[in-house]
Amino acid sequence: MMCCKLYQGYFMKILTTPRMDRCIGCHSCSLACARLVHRRLSWDTAGIRIASSGGLSTGFEARTCLACDPAPCVKACPTGAYTQRKGGGVVVKISLCNRCGACARACPVDAIFLDNTGQPFVCIHCGRCISFCPHACLEMGDVAAQPMEKGEEEVNL
Amino acid sequence: MISNQFKILKIDLSSGKGTYEFIEGRDAFAGGSGLAALLFNLYGHTDRPWDDPDQPLIFTIGPLTGYFPLMSKTVCAFKSPYHNQYAESHGGGRSALALRFADVDGLVITGQANRLSCLSISSSHFQVKEAHYMKGMDVFRTGRMLRHMFGNSGHRSILRIGPAGERGAPTACINVDTYRHFGRLGGGGVMGSKNLKAIVIIGDKVFDLPTGDSYGKLYQTVYRKMTATEIMHKYHDIGTPVNVASLNEVMSLPIRNLKQTTDPEMAGITGERFASDALLRNHACSGCPVGCIHVGYVRERFAKENRYFYLQVSYDHEPVFAVGSMLGITNCFSVLGIIDAVEKVGLDVMSAGVCLAWATEATEKGLISEKETLVPLGFGDASTYRQAVHHLGVGTNDFYRVLSQGINEAVKHFGGSDFSCVLGQEMAGYATGEVFFVSQALGFRHSHLDSAGYSYDQKTTEKDVDRAVEFLVQDEKGRVLLTSMVSCLFARNVYTDEVVSDCLKSLGYNGLAVKLESVALNIQQLRWRLRFASGFNPDDVIISKRFGEVTTVKGPIDMFYLDALKKEYGKRIKAMALAAPP
Repeated sequence: MMCCKLYQGYFMKILTTPRMDRCIGCHSCSLACARLVHRRLSWDTAGIRIASSGGLSTGFEARTCLACDPAPCVKACPTGAYTQRKGGGVVVKISLCNRCGACARACPVDAIFLDNTGQPFVCIHCGRCISFCPHACLEMGDVAAQPMEKGEEEVNL
Repeated sequence: MISNQFKILKIDLSSGKGTYEFIEGRDAFAGGSGLAALLFNLYGHTDRPWDDPDQPLIFTIGPLTGYFPLMSKTVCAFKSPYHNQYAESHGGGRSALALRFADVDGLVITGQANRLSCLSISSSHFQVKEAHYMKGMDVFRTGRMLRHMFGNSGHRSILRIGPAGERGAPTACINVDTYRHFGRLGGGGVMGSKNLKAIVIIGDKVFDLPTGDSYGKLYQTVYRKMTATEIMHKYHDIGTPVNVASLNEVMSLPIRNLKQTTDPEMAGITGERFASDALLRNHACSGCPVGCIHVGYVRERFAKENRYFYLQVSYDHEPVFAVGSMLGITNCFSVLGIIDAVEKVGLDVMSAGVCLAWATEATEKGLISEKETLVPLGFGDASTYRQAVHHLGVGTNDFYRVLSQGINEAVKHFGGSDFSCVLGQEMAGYATGEVFFVSQALGFRHSHLDSAGYSYDQKTTEKDVDRAVEFLVQDEKGRVLLTSMVSCLFARNVYTDEVVSDCLKSLGYNGLAVKLESVALNIQQLRWRLRFASGFNPDDVIISKRFGEVTTVKGPIDMFYLDALKKEYGKRIKAMALAAPP
């Protein structure tokens, strides 16, 4: 079960990545998601994954759900495991997933990771990764209104 | 994987095959430095030369790698081309987490590929791929090419060598993920001797975490100590080059081949100056929120018209000292330009800078001339040093081929031993006093990170040989424990023995957690046993006359004190090597 009542406080908000220019590639966000949401040690099975945007000298990009509405992954899912989340993004019922991988293929931004059993991992917009980013790259926000640049004082470390 | 067995991938480059081996010993050797020594003991040959194809090139991680913040380093062990003895070098980048997620505790690479090759591994992939087209290719171009050849961007580590490593130079490094290195004692030369241009480690495995709350809570506590306290501030802010100004102030910065230890002109290359003028951004090793990697930029005009290119160069105290103050370079952009040249050919920047400093003074004294150096070396001449670095890396002529074996080798041919700045290998950036000189000269890695001799010098005025040596032995033991976990040593003030023990317990390593003291001693002794078995003798170590000419803020170096320290520390090291295994 990848979405539950616990996260309903963020019901209308989504995870945004407005300040990726500051990212240092530490993977703390991915590791936090895997650890806290999925109880795993991994930099793959996470709702946010970090990669260089063409080599380390070019900075980093986050692969995470952009909260499409309507979401192509919902349309692609043949078993009803994916449903549209109110406010953007998706709710995934793993018990209904047949591991076909259609969701990952449908995602235009490579935000869905399939593990070696075919189980999909996608951001549930819970925001638990945010406090682990040392440079405040991440923030909860509305789909339409992307946050503006923050000042220096808001760097966590 | 949390296991009391070590899972080792043993690779034979001659046959192109790999096998997994499962080895007992977690409670006695932990991982990292301890595991590397255990593996060298099993697969290495102390009596054969470093480039014997059967010699192993070893990479290890530890029980806490990836599970806790800043457990982000990898230990590389080999028989060194620099001194033909057992050696370790440590590196970060993504290498440690990539190994963790490739589901191995260690790699043991033996044999020799028929032609220049790349090794790539993951938890479900193994390949030795011929790469003759990379011959002579610089480190950065090699990295760019490998990125296109292999997938999993962001979740892989790319280790590679440049031309210096390919020709087996004892001062060649292994570049890790562009901005980090297994720098010292010639790991790059070992890869070259095996015809191994690169190792790509793809981390694609997922592990379950321990059940219950204790692991998660402890992670949170450790993470907050790393990020929400002042403990790591130095590394997060100016970074290690903050040392340049403070060492210059207390007359402890090696300048112009250690002819000086302070100079107002060094204001141009302080950490603060780099931060204000040249710092482009920061990077982190995977699993480290501190992000101590400082990347500077250099913009260079290459045509009469307004045509420029730019370089992105990582810098730390050691490179800044080695190709900055040691070469009399007082402009931060010039320093970055020389570091970039060193990176491209794949040399250890400390050895490269200190070797060229020696060559410059040897030129001044008439021992060598432009006939050997090909370019007119002179302290402060950055553009000439960039050319010299290239010659040193590719081994343009006999002189540079000899010099790239280290200053000791060059001295045999050209003289100049009096001003040789060698402490086991080319010196690190601290001229703090007798304790540091002895600690690097005799230390296991000949590194400023073996023990905090540089700190002891600055905090202590008394000349108590027994106390100083006891400090070095105990401090080394503490660090050996951390490099067996494998922690970044910058986190040593967070990872106390108690915290390490709690971390191990939270993962179920209860046996190891309760005997850290004896395990650390065991590893310390095993490393020294291997070192002595491969030919080390502290009595053979020479500390040159130049070190005796140093004056710090505490006054001139006391050679009687230095000799007494060297004798006593050598005795203690010998005793560790001779101690019976438990």
